[in-house]
Amino acid sequence: MNHSFAARDPRRVRAGLAALIVVMLVFPFVASQFGNSWVRIIDVALLYIMLALGLNIVVGFAGLLDLGYIAFYAIGAYTAGLFASPQFASVIESFVNTYPAIGEFLVWLCGPQIVQEGIHLSLWFIVPLSALLAGIFGVILGAPTLKLRGDYLAIVTLGFGEIIRIFLNNLNGPVNITNGPQGINMIDPVRIFGVSLAGEAGSGSTVHVLGFSLPSVNAYYFLFLVLCGLTVFISVRLQNSRLGRAWVALREDEIAAAAMGINTRNVKLLAFAMGATFGGVAGAMFAAFQGFVSPESFSLTESIAVLAMVVLGGIGHIPGVVLGGVLLAALPEVLRHAVEPLQQDLFGRVWVDAEVMRQLLYGLAMVLIMLARPAGLWPSPRPEDRPEADHPHGAESVGEVKA
Amino acid sequence: MRQDAVAARAEEGLAMLQVSGASKRFGGLQALSEVGLRIMPGQIYGLIGPNGAGKTTFFNVITGLYQPDAGRFALQGVPYTPSAPHRVAQAGIARTFQNIRLFGDMTALENVMVGRHVRTSQGVFGAVFRHRAAREEEAAIRARAKELLEFVGIGHYAGRTARHLSYGDQRRLEIARALATDPLLLALDEPAAGMNPTEKLALRELLQRIRADGRTILLIEHDVKLVMGLCDRITVLDYGKVIAEGPPAAVQSDPAVIAAYLGASH
Repeated sequence: MNHSFAARDPRRVRAGLAALIVVMLVFPFVASQFGNSWVRIIDVALLYIMLALGLNIVVGFAGLLDLGYIAFYAIGAYTAGLFASPQFASVIESFVNTYPAIGEFLVWLCGPQIVQEGIHLSLWFIVPLSALLAGIFGVILGAPTLKLRGDYLAIVTLGFGEIIRIFLNNLNGPVNITNGPQGINMIDPVRIFGVSLAGEAGSGSTVHVLGFSLPSVNAYYFLFLVLCGLTVFISVRLQNSRLGRAWVALREDEIAAAAMGINTRNVKLLAFAMGATFGGVAGAMFAAFQGFVSPESFSLTESIAVLAMVVLGGIGHIPGVVLGGVLLAALPEVLRHAVEPLQQDLFGRVWVDAEVMRQLLYGLAMVLIMLARPAGLWPSPRPEDRPEADHPHGAESVGEVKA
Repeated sequence: MRQDAVAARAEEGLAMLQVSGASKRFGGLQALSEVGLRIMPGQIYGLIGPNGAGKTTFFNVITGLYQPDAGRFALQGVPYTPSAPHRVAQAGIARTFQNIRLFGDMTALENVMVGRHVRTSQGVFGAVFRHRAAREEEAAIRARAKELLEFVGIGHYAGRTARHLSYGDQRRLEIARALATDPLLLALDEPAAGMNPTEKLALRELLQRIRADGRTILLIEHDVKLVMGLCDRITVLDYGKVIAEGPPAAVQSDPAVIAAYLGASH
């Protein structure tokens, strides 16, 4: 049926996947020989892949242009910040000082330990909680935009993204919840079955598991890899389902989709919620990984970077989006590391500062990709993009004809 | 005749679709005024009229795309409010569009599978975990969609992207997609528009097969020959009003209809 795409032969796909998995498993051990920073770059890239896959549900599947997606990343990160750090103790203290009545109630509710040390939920609570909260915000922010499309939707979502960031920036008064521009510090590292992925105090960021010891960044690498794998799995399953078809139908023609009985409101909200969920989990992981969150990590530039990953990779096509995520997240960092030594080698001195050069090359790469591959680096395969000679009705295949 | 007798016996209960007093105004334009019609089960019902008579507006009103200003609507005797397209599809009216609206980037099969959406129920949980019920439902959707593609005669194009089908096949695909919603009433907006005589003949044969399958059809059509040969009853609209109603032969010789089409008395 689908001759033009030989790569879809299931055996080759499986072999390719197996090879990819082996490379992914071996990667951190090789890379950490050249310094932990390389693994760290990929850790961050994995978080971006999760984000890009989440945004891909909204933009790629359902065709809703969302420029405020980073808000959900922020919500996930601040969920971890509030519920897995000493921050909640400051929140209670601030309530006691400003609104004693509410403060007393909170003290009574939470008990002395939380008042002293804040809330420290484990990973097993933080991940679902951040997913849930982000999902709820996805619905709340999606609801007012239901009747909007295209540019208008983009502008409103952009506004929502900024609103969330500005809230985080200013929610340090009258009661201090987010600690304002200073951000939340000392967020607990991820701890799985009693093993801290940051390494125990004094271990020099080395994690000991079952007799092995590996650098903290490698431990996080595997956690993020598992979460990424899960995200890919869920994305693929959603795409090939009744719901995935409804999303694509919505993208292709909203009126026809409604006429086919698709409740466009619910299906859109579900797309926003699902996308936000991925963003929330990625955000919580980001917070635990960095140990610190502040509003400036969630600016509009970040939303656009994630959107660029989706578009440049191949909008709506999961492998393409993953590729876009890896390239755009890793490329700037690689350039940061490579630009100066390269100039040193070539010219004997540094002509252009790494930071400047990096931005230049990054921008150039984007322009070139879009010129050479307008549908993205790895777009969805179409069964046939060319008119076929064997077609009994000749070449007058038309998309839409005004009758 | 027999159907008329049946209709006379049970005034409200037996009509597949009963519309009365449907009105719709766009600003200063009264697009529909007090339009009513009554379609009996198993009929192919024609809605004709000159350009701008309000046929498509009427379609959009009964299928929930436009909100009517007034009117009563009942499907199989059960009143329904055409407040949203998806609710109308749920209630049992499926439609096609005058200018084809397929999901262009999806394959023909996927297009029809979307049509099954309203009669199936798996959500996120079923999609992710693919438990037994979800797998069975998915298989049933696929099987039904294939069956419908075969039924309309484009089964061999199942894997082809919708936008790459020929015009006549796109029309057929739209009908298959509408049939996938298990409609009580299939509403076709100018299905023969732009078709050549061979395609029209095939369409006519297809509509007869759909009726033989036990469905009721409401048809907007310009091609008088097709309408006259195919429809059991016809309503003629002009300037948003019903000017004639009845069996094709009677309508054809109605002076008001002739005047509307030829502009004799205006």
